[in-house]
Amino acid sequence: MNKPRFQKRTLFLFAYLLFALLPIYWMLNMSFKTNEEIVSSFSLWPQDFTLANYITIFTDESWYSGYINSLIYVGINVVIAVCVALPAAYAFSRYRFLGDKHVFFWLLTNRMTPPAVFLLPFFQLYSTFGLMDTHIAVALAHLLFNVPLAVWILEGFMSGIPREIDETAYIDGYSFPQFFIKIFLPLIKSGVGVTAFFCFMFSWVELLLARTLTSVNAKPIVAIMTRTVSASGMDWATLAAAGVLTIIPGAMVIWFVRHYIAKGFAMGRV
Amino acid sequence: MSSAMKPVNQRAWLLVLPVIICVAFSAILPLMTVVNYSLQDIISPDRRVFVGLEWFAEIMRDEELHGALFRQIQFSLSALAIEIPLGIALALAMPAEGWKSSAVLVTVALSLLIPWNVVGTIWQIFGRTDIGLLGHTLDSLGFAYSYTGDPTHAWMTVLLMDVWHWTPLVALLVFAGLRSIPDAYYQAARIDGASPFAVFRFIQLPKLRGVLLIAVLLRFMDSFMIYTEPFVLTGGGPGNATTFLSQYLTQKAVGQFDLGPAAAFSLIYFLIILVFCYILYTWMQTVETTTDRGHSHE
Amino acid sequence: MAHIELALSHAYGANPQTDADYALLPLEITFEDGGAYALLGPSGCGKSTMLNIISGLVVPSHGSVKFDGVDVSTHTPQKRNIAQVFQFPVIYDTMTVAQNLAFPLKNRGVAEAVIKRRVGEIAEMLEISAELDRRASGLSADQKQIISLGRGLVRPDVTAVLFDEPLTVIDPHLKWKIRRKLKQIHRELKLTFLYVTHDQVEALTFADQVLVMSRGQVLQIGSAEDLFERPAHTFVGHFIGSPGMNFIPAKNDGVTLAFLGKRFSSAGNVPTGDVTIGIRPEYVGVMAANAVGTVDFQVTRVQDIGTYFSLTCVAGGVTVKIRMSSQLTIPQTGDVVGLDLNNSRTCYYQNEGLVL
Repeated sequence: MNKPRFQKRTLFLFAYLLFALLPIYWMLNMSFKTNEEIVSSFSLWPQDFTLANYITIFTDESWYSGYINSLIYVGINVVIAVCVALPAAYAFSRYRFLGDKHVFFWLLTNRMTPPAVFLLPFFQLYSTFGLMDTHIAVALAHLLFNVPLAVWILEGFMSGIPREIDETAYIDGYSFPQFFIKIFLPLIKSGVGVTAFFCFMFSWVELLLARTLTSVNAKPIVAIMTRTVSASGMDWATLAAAGVLTIIPGAMVIWFVRHYIAKGFAMGRV
Repeated sequence: MSSAMKPVNQRAWLLVLPVIICVAFSAILPLMTVVNYSLQDIISPDRRVFVGLEWFAEIMRDEELHGALFRQIQFSLSALAIEIPLGIALALAMPAEGWKSSAVLVTVALSLLIPWNVVGTIWQIFGRTDIGLLGHTLDSLGFAYSYTGDPTHAWMTVLLMDVWHWTPLVALLVFAGLRSIPDAYYQAARIDGASPFAVFRFIQLPKLRGVLLIAVLLRFMDSFMIYTEPFVLTGGGPGNATTFLSQYLTQKAVGQFDLGPAAAFSLIYFLIILVFCYILYTWMQTVETTTDRGHSHE
Repeated sequence: MAHIELALSHAYGANPQTDADYALLPLEITFEDGGAYALLGPSGCGKSTMLNIISGLVVPSHGSVKFDGVDVSTHTPQKRNIAQVFQFPVIYDTMTVAQNLAFPLKNRGVAEAVIKRRVGEIAEMLEISAELDRRASGLSADQKQIISLGRGLVRPDVTAVLFDEPLTVIDPHLKWKIRRKLKQIHRELKLTFLYVTHDQVEALTFADQVLVMSRGQVLQIGSAEDLFERPAHTFVGHFIGSPGMNFIPAKNDGVTLAFLGKRFSSAGNVPTGDVTIGIRPEYVGVMAANAVGTVDFQVTRVQDIGTYFSLTCVAGGVTVKIRMSSQLTIPQTGDVVGLDLNNSRTCYYQNEGLVL
């Protein structure tokens, strides 16, 4: 390896990581200050370190229930999206059938619709079915954009596996479900990891639909955070603490799927 | 594996059925409602008048809409132009294995997991000259930085925020794609004496085509629909300098509370994205066809 | 052109303790310049490791690799000037066939005219001149493998060509075509060819000398005939041939060789103690029951393979497989026959190694 080129890459990486972390650090910094300190002085670290903001969130049910609600509907959504997308992605990857290209593209178009467009119709639809303010409602609504994404990503990964592997398995006597679960899935672990991560991500951060379809029982954290604007101005400190806490479940998810994202699959190793 | 060799199997529809049901429920039913609204004047819940395409005509003539559309296109193109190359560069720089790989992966992906209103808030604070690191630093260096007052500064801040927020998406997709290139290709390149740039151009880039298509499509669509982050950061200002399409739609729907025009606009909005994406999709498919298929055809 | 000497052992882990920690147990091998060698063995036997050590993709943890007397253990593949063909075709999709072949020369800064001539020569030899301007990605798998090979041959000073199970993704009916081409090229260019495979037919038809490997050890190096007639290890006897060699446990006290309840006079130089008798299905003598010098077996299965018959015979808990030419009278299932297992073709083994 050329020494100079190697260093250029590392330098670039460090520069980006700094860029990525600085705004987050700043929020972290603020979360340990009081509102008074934030407004009055400027410092790179808290002069008057305090955990008060976090305590507020952990003890106030209206705050922490938000996290739990979000986790529930996001979890449901990811599971449904991946399970439903796997067979479909396989079909698109391995077969041609009537209208296949059009259906594929149609799926993607569903992700292209601005959620704002669906606000009112969703509201009426879920009210009719009595699904308002439930976790399943938000989970189902988020399928709108997560399922097409899951199919799209999984199909890409599946197409990278040579069809010889499928054929060998059938010759060896595997039934389709056996083949799919025992042989195929391990090979696309990387793809499943990436898909699960993106589904989690897009569902976790979505605000508009989640806020519209819930009121009390299933109110997600993203909705609760928008109420921190009060008469006395922005409650920067608590908002910052809440923001920091929203990053944690996501960080955990990345940590769990990191190997699936990082490891590729080698051709011909079967 | 050439897709020209995929066998025809109509029973594959069964595999696709669950997906179609889910998405139809979430998409087709609501869409039909929107179409319904766009063709009517809803004076009150009980009094509706069919007005045909009148709302569509009115929307097309709207000057403010043209302005918002133009700004939106500028924004999306700028964001893509920065995020795609930067994402690729980042993916190439990220370590492939070991604890360093995991650490970098988590750090890079963090910005993707922050709720969008919080992203807006972070940058709102970050850019303020009184309590934000960026604003304060720029201010003390002598720049008259103000994202609330100066349209150019507002633009740059919104763009910077988007780059900060979404480049990791591109980077992660490309990173996963890079990991799926078998070692043998790199080994063969070493044996052939290829330079690192040749490796990138002839091995990595071609193999990343599929992944890059996903990345470009995703980023284009999402940037075209962007709402929360710029709204929280600048509120669309100063003036309407950073008012993009989604915000314009919401202003119209919520402000005037006229469902008819809002629905019509929604459909047009959707159609615009659809057309752009279709063009992108077909273009990249033809590129794929000419390189992968050679002389064989479907 | 290179004379390659290996004196090494290799373990992937840091502190190898037992034999099982080693991918390659200590060995010393010489590959003559211009020879065609096959590394044959089941998965995990270490043949790919050996190939990668020779090519330079892996550095041996102990010992050295020498090319023409020069220690190249830490040299890159590029520096050793080898060519390698992998299990699946590795070609540059975005280039034409001609550009693919020209690539290694271009990277060395060779003149355009020279490149063109050389590419033409190689294409001619590989019989792909007609495809030179086609996009490489549009070709079939076997054509792509030929191009992968061509890219390695295009350098005039290439030292050795290494093949790592190159026919894995090739259609069976095209495999012979490529094998034939490889032999042709070897005869023309007289380069050192090293071919890794788990398929004995490929190995035996391609190479002059075959190295049979198992669990990190080279058990025998020899021509197809050597391996067939006198396998040095019971594993070799079992792996080579279809079906492999028959093995019968016996006891030798110097005078008498006893197995399956019968006694035979023992050849003087067979070591005493527990011995294993090995005899190939082709060399088992078939006679009437109770014939002199034979052991009675009952025939349990007769299969007509076409050019010969394959019979399975059982006696005293031991199963023996035999091959009989279709010209002879074939016994029926259930018949009792006398099998001559101890004849001039028999090999004797002790502790799995050939002793006579």
